[in-house]
Amino acid sequence: MTSTDLSGLVARADVCAVAVADCFRGDGEILANPIGTIPMIGGRLARATWEPDLMMTDGEAALIANDAAVPARADRVFETWNPYRRMFDVVWSGRRHVMMGATQVDRYGNQNIAALGGTPTRPRTQLLGFRGAPGNTINDVTSYWVPAHGPKVFVEAVDVVTGVGYDRAAALGETAARFHEIRRVVSNLGVFDFETPDHSMRIRSLHPGVTVDEVVAATGFELVIPDEIPTSRLPTPDELRLLDEVIDPAGTRHREVPDPT
Amino acid sequence: MSDDQNYPAPADKRLTEDEVVSRLSSGMTIGIGGWGSRRKPMSLVRAILRSDLTDLHLVTFGGPEVGMLCAAGKVAHLTFAFVAPDVGPAAILEPHFRAARQSGAIECTELDEGMLLLGLQAAAWRVPFLPTRVGLGSDLHLVNPGLATVRSPYPGPDGGEGEELIAQPAIELDAALCHLNVGDSRGNAAFTGPDLYFDDLMLEATRDGGRFISVERLVATDGLVEAAGDVTRLRVSRMFVDGVVEAPNGAHPTSCDPDRPRDEAFQKEYLATAKDPADWEAFRSRWLSFATEAEYQAALATRSNEENQP
Repeated sequence: MTSTDLSGLVARADVCAVAVADCFRGDGEILANPIGTIPMIGGRLARATWEPDLMMTDGEAALIANDAAVPARADRVFETWNPYRRMFDVVWSGRRHVMMGATQVDRYGNQNIAALGGTPTRPRTQLLGFRGAPGNTINDVTSYWVPAHGPKVFVEAVDVVTGVGYDRAAALGETAARFHEIRRVVSNLGVFDFETPDHSMRIRSLHPGVTVDEVVAATGFELVIPDEIPTSRLPTPDELRLLDEVIDPAGTRHREVPDPT
Repeated sequence: MSDDQNYPAPADKRLTEDEVVSRLSSGMTIGIGGWGSRRKPMSLVRAILRSDLTDLHLVTFGGPEVGMLCAAGKVAHLTFAFVAPDVGPAAILEPHFRAARQSGAIECTELDEGMLLLGLQAAAWRVPFLPTRVGLGSDLHLVNPGLATVRSPYPGPDGGEGEELIAQPAIELDAALCHLNVGDSRGNAAFTGPDLYFDDLMLEATRDGGRFISVERLVATDGLVEAAGDVTRLRVSRMFVDGVVEAPNGAHPTSCDPDRPRDEAFQKEYLATAKDPADWEAFRSRWLSFATEAEYQAALATRSNEENQP
């Protein structure tokens, strides 16, 4: 508990949504491609407010102008056709900021969504596969979303590197890694970045009501802890109105990240 | 048309599912169109399941076809970037594929989604590889040890040595199977849903004689544009098709927008069969052992009617 504890006044999911939105600040006219419930809501919020030129998907094969996170199919306002083939043109052009999930993420932002345990060719637990993670991280700005922050997700070393982190990028050299940037990790507990001398993960802010001890206990590696830790910013009244009335009137974000009990 | 000349007739490429399978052989590398649980050529997959084909190498943006063929012991090798009943925010995992991978029953060539696109494109363009930045720095070389790099012969961005890039090898296919919405008897076809996926590339990456499509409905060539809605949807041309099967609801249980939604109840029933081999055998016996696709569709219709009873 701190003297500025506002945890009873604002929903955790709303803090997460604006933290996601802030990841896209300054991105301009690119494809903001947040994957997941709160990521999509946060991305839509950024575009509905201070990043109006972002382009965003309908989750399938089009880029749409709607503010609603998941508009009814008939209500979609199409800007362009964006089938999977076209998506690779966008990704490889560098005009995209993706926010992916992560089964595991380490201190340098290496991500794993492919498999756990065993050997690379015979894992103990097969997950999705590499999907597009190698191509996303070597070509475009990437952020991660973790709805349930814990030591099995934030690990000392990921089992398989699907998304490329800063140590791997450094080993590649400046030329090969010139388009690589892991911007943020947003979790249900806080916001993390890599703005440290060796690009190891740092606490950028903690959500209202979250303590440093709580985050340290939920993280499997040593986080960089600044002397002053800001509290994640609260949604403005207009942002709250947009979330409640326009972007996510069904409140799906509160199911993905319930308020702490 | 001339009465006194004996000109050849245009090729009529209509086949049944089983005639397509008779042109395949064990050990082949087979590309499967669609994406995840969307617009998969499942009537052709069912024909493979009831055949004695084995030892197949599948190349696919994988969905339930991978799980079913793995569970039935048909697969020796899989080239994939993901296998999932659906992908996106509600992504869930494919249990039969997971079991096959975890047990070591199948060899895998694991790729980034974009590398699969490049491998097919390289084969279609008859070049040995295409260069890409995709894969650099990741662990793909551990799961795909044959993956090599290539040094650009041109100066790098700083004017110095050329960049080192991944050389994604061509993925040449012996056969390709794709399901489209509408086509003609000569092998032209259209997608009328949201995305062509990589169906055209699958067909173009395949050697002559191995390129097969199924379609929801066949129309005359002069009815194609009207049925497709627009000429820009006629994306599969007969130059790259050796056989066409009319297969209404042929993608079942995957979706075939806008003609058919995914059969969620059926997919759920299928996904539940990985816990116990007996469950899979029961499912296979009930749904994947019909002598013909027509019998499968008839059984499905009966099931739907039963479910619709009050």
